[in-house]
Amino acid sequence: MTPPQRKRRRPRPELAPPPLPSVPPTPESGGEDGDNKNPERLYVISGADGARAELDLVTLIVARAAPPPSVTPEQAALLRLCLAPLSVAELSAYLNLPFSAMTALITELITAELVQARAPIVRQALPDRSLLEAVMHGLQKL
Amino acid sequence: MDFKNSDTIPGPRTEDHLPHTAQAAVKIVIVGGFGVGKTTMVGSVSEIRPLTTEETMTQAGIGVDDNYGSESKTATTVAMDFGRISITDQLVLYLFGTPGQERFWFLWNGLFEGALGAVVLIDTRRLEVSFDVMGRLEERGVPFVVAVNSFPDAPRYPIEELRTALDLSPEIPIIECDARRRASSRDVLMTLMRFLHSLAMSGALT
Ligand SMILES: Nc1nc2c(ncn2[C@@H]2O[C@H](COP(=O)(O)OP(=O)(O)OP(=O)(O)O)[C@@H](O)[C@H]2O)c(=O)[nH]1
Ligand SMILES: [Mg+2]
Repeated sequence: MTPPQRKRRRPRPELAPPPLPSVPPTPESGGEDGDNKNPERLYVISGADGARAELDLVTLIVARAAPPPSVTPEQAALLRLCLAPLSVAELSAYLNLPFSAMTALITELITAELVQARAPIVRQALPDRSLLEAVMHGLQKL
Repeated sequence: MDFKNSDTIPGPRTEDHLPHTAQAAVKIVIVGGFGVGKTTMVGSVSEIRPLTTEETMTQAGIGVDDNYGSESKTATTVAMDFGRISITDQLVLYLFGTPGQERFWFLWNGLFEGALGAVVLIDTRRLEVSFDVMGRLEERGVPFVVAVNSFPDAPRYPIEELRTALDLSPEIPIIECDARRRASSRDVLMTLMRFLHSLAMSGALT
């Protein structure tokens, strides 16, 4: 029996991801220190063109404060969930909210300085070899 | 969902909490046609019970234009399961079992754009169901490896015959796996990582 035949496709540069700046996992990025006064700094990663990167499925969200009385029950539920870091995807799953509704809710909480967002490391034109090696090492332990 | 009773909202089990030192996450997508074993693979390697994130799309977004502009736009719910593997105290890996149809991909920002790479699962009884997704990854420049899920009644082709049928260049790894087994799924992920590493090395030399 011969298998069906596929034909490979060429890269289409217009579909490739825009070049993104490296986003190193800096400790306490978006922490309490003075140069993070602007809450936008916590979730907007400026690209070369100044474009804003939006919340990703694997952006880690961490509560910065206990839920104040002013928040909605929905926001309070989210704040309780992310006492330890949790990805946007996990929050969406636990709160049973669609991804888009989830990002809107998180954006409100970032603006209110109630949560901190830790940006994911994304694929780059030239991937970081030490990152790949760390992932391999972690998988080997599974 | 009743948020007034938010104490009862299910969250991660205590042992599933990420450490506060977790600083960043990376993701890998596991993609393939209907029923090829995506959910099974995510579940077999994940350290947490696999979870599901959903998104709704209206019919206009699906590309069905019969009812376009009509008042009753029906919404379709698209679900994607995912799992998690802690790599270090700072780094977390997420695995997304993604529907093969590209029209769903834009529902989740950066799902493919930011992924380190992809695993394309194939079932040799229905090879052609994964053709389209491979082409889409090629067009987007997302590096991938091919994992042949070994269903018992599936025809077995020599790897090189598969490579020819799938029109894959020699450097792209093709490996057999059993998505139900953690070690086998882990080996698939390792193969992808070694492939990405070799790409990084060759990129660094040019
Ligand atoms: N024998 C065998 N069966 C498998 C393997 N992987 C998955 N299956 C079975 O194949 C069926 C489909 O697997 P799923 O993991 O649900 O496939 P999926 O790609 O997530 O399917 P959809 O989300 O519906 O597209 C299940 O009954 C699995 O138990 C495998 O490696 N070997
Ligand atoms: Mg599935």
